[in-house]
Amino acid sequence: MKSAVIVFPGSNCDRDAQTALRQVTGAEPAMVWHKEGALPNKLDLIVLPGGFSYGDYLRSGAMAAASPIGDAIRAHAARGGYVLAICNGFQVATELGLLPGALLRNASLNFTCRPQPLAIATNSSAFTAGYKEQREVSFPIAHHDGNYFADAATLDRLEGEGRVAFRYIGNPNGSARDIAGVLSENGRVLGLMPHPERAMAGQEGGNDGVKLFESLMAAA
Amino acid sequence: MADLSALLAPQDEASARSHGLKPNEYQIVLDRLGRPPNLVEMGIFSVMWSEHCSYKSTRRHLGKFPTKGPRVIQGPGENAGVVDIGDGQACIFKMESHNHPSYIEPRQGAGTGVGGILRDVFTMGARPVALVNALRFGDPSHPKTRSLVAGVVSGIGGYGNCVGVPTVAGETQFHKGYNGNILVNAMAVGLADQNKIFYSRGAEPGNAIFYVGSKTGRDGIHGATMASAEFSEGDEEKRPTVQVGDPFTEKLLIEACLELMATDWIQSIQDMGAAGLTSSSVEIADKGGVGVEMDMDKVPQRETGMTAYEIMLSESQERMLMVLKPGREADAKKIFDKWDLDAEVIGYTTDTGRLVLKQQGIVVCDIPVPPLSQDAPNYDRPWNAPKPAPALDISKYPEPADYGEVLLKLMSSPDMASKRWIWEQYDRHVMGDTIDSSQSGGDAAIVRIHGANKALAICSDCNPHYVAADPYEGGKQAVAEAYRNLSAVGATPIAITDNLNFGNPEKPDTMGVIVKAIEGMAEACRVLEFPVVSGNVSLYNETDGVGIPPTPVVGGIGLIEDLSRTATLRGLKEGDAMLLIGDTRGHLGASLYTREALGLDGSAAGAPPQVDLAVEKHHAARVRRFIGMYGVKSVHDLSEGGLAAAAAEMALASNIGVRLIAPPQELSKAGWAFGEDQARYLVVVPQDRREIGGNDFADLLAGRPADDFPCIKVGEVGGDSVRIEGVLDVPLSTLRAAYEGWLPRYMKGAS
Amino acid sequence: MKATVHVSLKVGVLDPQGKAVGDALGRLGFDEVGAVRCGKTIELELKDGLSKADAERRVKEMCEKLLANTVVERYSIDIG
Repeated sequence: MKSAVIVFPGSNCDRDAQTALRQVTGAEPAMVWHKEGALPNKLDLIVLPGGFSYGDYLRSGAMAAASPIGDAIRAHAARGGYVLAICNGFQVATELGLLPGALLRNASLNFTCRPQPLAIATNSSAFTAGYKEQREVSFPIAHHDGNYFADAATLDRLEGEGRVAFRYIGNPNGSARDIAGVLSENGRVLGLMPHPERAMAGQEGGNDGVKLFESLMAAA
Repeated sequence: MADLSALLAPQDEASARSHGLKPNEYQIVLDRLGRPPNLVEMGIFSVMWSEHCSYKSTRRHLGKFPTKGPRVIQGPGENAGVVDIGDGQACIFKMESHNHPSYIEPRQGAGTGVGGILRDVFTMGARPVALVNALRFGDPSHPKTRSLVAGVVSGIGGYGNCVGVPTVAGETQFHKGYNGNILVNAMAVGLADQNKIFYSRGAEPGNAIFYVGSKTGRDGIHGATMASAEFSEGDEEKRPTVQVGDPFTEKLLIEACLELMATDWIQSIQDMGAAGLTSSSVEIADKGGVGVEMDMDKVPQRETGMTAYEIMLSESQERMLMVLKPGREADAKKIFDKWDLDAEVIGYTTDTGRLVLKQQGIVVCDIPVPPLSQDAPNYDRPWNAPKPAPALDISKYPEPADYGEVLLKLMSSPDMASKRWIWEQYDRHVMGDTIDSSQSGGDAAIVRIHGANKALAICSDCNPHYVAADPYEGGKQAVAEAYRNLSAVGATPIAITDNLNFGNPEKPDTMGVIVKAIEGMAEACRVLEFPVVSGNVSLYNETDGVGIPPTPVVGGIGLIEDLSRTATLRGLKEGDAMLLIGDTRGHLGASLYTREALGLDGSAAGAPPQVDLAVEKHHAARVRRFIGMYGVKSVHDLSEGGLAAAAAEMALASNIGVRLIAPPQELSKAGWAFGEDQARYLVVVPQDRREIGGNDFADLLAGRPADDFPCIKVGEVGGDSVRIEGVLDVPLSTLRAAYEGWLPRYMKGAS
Repeated sequence: MKATVHVSLKVGVLDPQGKAVGDALGRLGFDEVGAVRCGKTIELELKDGLSKADAERRVKEMCEKLLANTVVERYSIDIG
């Protein structure tokens, strides 16, 4: 699987994504600086990593979405390429228009970092197929703006089309309908606030993230 | 354009006084210059000779610390300490206070404290991998405390989370002695290759001086002198001197500097911390034995009309100063352009040994460099030997009616209660190498060395009640506690950084406490072979003449050589045996029990426990061997709240009950349950284990300890309560509610 | 010329910050306060010589492209 991690100024989980991809795929992902206008050829997967792109100033993810690399990311997704957008990457993906909705300030108003139990809402996506019969996972969360919002019609559509990938068990941030992760219409873009790349075995976060990357490996 | 005439006017003794310089200090300036200093020069002398920069009250005593050891690469004197962790790698770390700014503007004060300590570490070439913070607040009932807690926590989180360095450990305590002076001590830990360590020394004459990072504004002028002065009521007026942090720029600065450091283009580098451009340029000049000439008009400025005085004293954040090897300016600029950072050549190193500054083409400062550091005052402040508190006579106090209630009271007391509300606001997992953090409630955090099977153990410790009651024993204890906490997770303790927080050193009683606490710490460091490699002193923590409780905080670093051989306080299973290492004599003086259950404070609470350093060393070595060679996974050191609190914490972390035996005949119930005798650990092992650490386990289970090693079976894991036979029996759920409940309730304003 | 852009959450989007501010004002005894909405103000210095209409058009574009997220936010523009 050929993958790339996009690095924005202020990204801080880019190395974590790189390490996870290396661990599962055995191949070195390309680290692409946001000022580059083009992506490497024949990419299977783009990871939009977590962090605080542009310091979360103005609005989380907004300025990163206006980066020179933005068009290339949109083109990759339009082509049917896989995009895994984690945490700040999820915020960037909604700002890029790759996924519906927006991420608002946590209802508690506090940054929240904790192990988060999640229900796997669909086992048929490229990101979750590897979990098979498994119903629940635990990924760490660490965010200030993770409160997923979309209008009722959009939420109904997402649910109706099986595009909710993960739901919180014990909603930590006020997200609409406990939504933790959503898929694009073609099912190839996943945005989620929790961090699967921090649950790659041997860490405090556990090992539930491994299968997500393995699922992608199998799909790509 | 700024009017420079005021800058050039000769300054008299009154001006010196308003800059915080004493008449005798002003006289030295006159002697060295052969003339009165102008305003810029006066400002520079005053910050360089401030307590914060010169350690003038403590320098001679800090010299008592052992600072060398087989693993020490760099001791105190550089930006941070450096120790050898094997495989050509080094750990670089330091703790520093940001007490005064955090009281005035908690969010920005605490945030810039984190930013400053991170710069100390990455300035030396290390990638920061962990943050720790040691916080002390006033009494919870004080009207300011709640908002100070909220502000400090959001400041630490806001900064650390954004730069992407995990905050993995910390401690938070409350006492009325901090009502007017909170303590915010932040520690940063970084990793570097030993052949890629950068120092402020090494500058050669004739090279460009590069200014990198944020533009300079008027913020924080005289922060270093503020950190060296007392508060009085109404000092919120000092607010304008507090700087505002920009963690986003800091993150860019980290990445840009590390990218530049991968080359060999840097001769000397120094971050701009307290006293900004002044201390950084003087440091580079002094350590390199060179002169410095800088053009103030070239300094990137955020505001208009700034004078050389303001530019040199500004404490704007996220700035670095570096001297590059000849011909590398353009290459370096390319890296900073990539990261969208300002980088300007603002001057050159010279062979004159003088600090020369120009503004609008006029020389506004021309002083010899050596006096700024070498002639800094070094006082032998008069001090009175402190009188240790008398031993506590516990028989004077009635026995509690219900020891279960006492345990609940202790576990829900502000010092002991869970700090989840705080650490859940810190990203503890970014960088992907956090093996164990505050989340587990363990004795020390464990952070993997990226890509290796090794890890660092990190902790911070101080019991101000012990230090207040007996500065020497309390100082020893702070170091011993760190040593114990690192050992309890299976790490070999390597070295410490210290953050010495005290009141006004010009008071002989306070100075006596400082001297004895340092001597106690130094003794512990010597015996435990646990040297001090970096540190910080924060004095004048006083409001209206009353000083804080003496708080010498110890930040400890240990090395775990095999990640499969670590322990935490979790992992208890039904039927496991609980072993207690160390002698229990039931010492209750200065304990959490006397404070919370008996309501005693200060010297009425009695003398703290004695620390036998040889015993500490011996027991810690055994515990490390249990973990390292015999695979023991669950260990907890005994500290505040004694056996009952330690057992309760293990039970809560594993979500299973524990049953402990009744007090031995010679001990009182309170002494057995809550005594704070030192050098003790709880070790949990499977019941069917035959042998452990060279001791026959059957013997231990039968209560036959080895002669030189007190280790007895004190109970078993099981049930759903914490029970001490004949003393107390508290359901786990009640205990958890008490332990977890206090802080969130308090922060909501409900208690 | 100066343009001031006000951005706030759309009606119907929960504003926890506004709610917290409202609660705090209530605790301080400001009982007359009902709903509170928090937003942000962005001040833009524009080059001289731009017509007011042109300025409005350009700033509106800025809002749509970057300054506001119209999925959840509304904005208003003051020129002058």
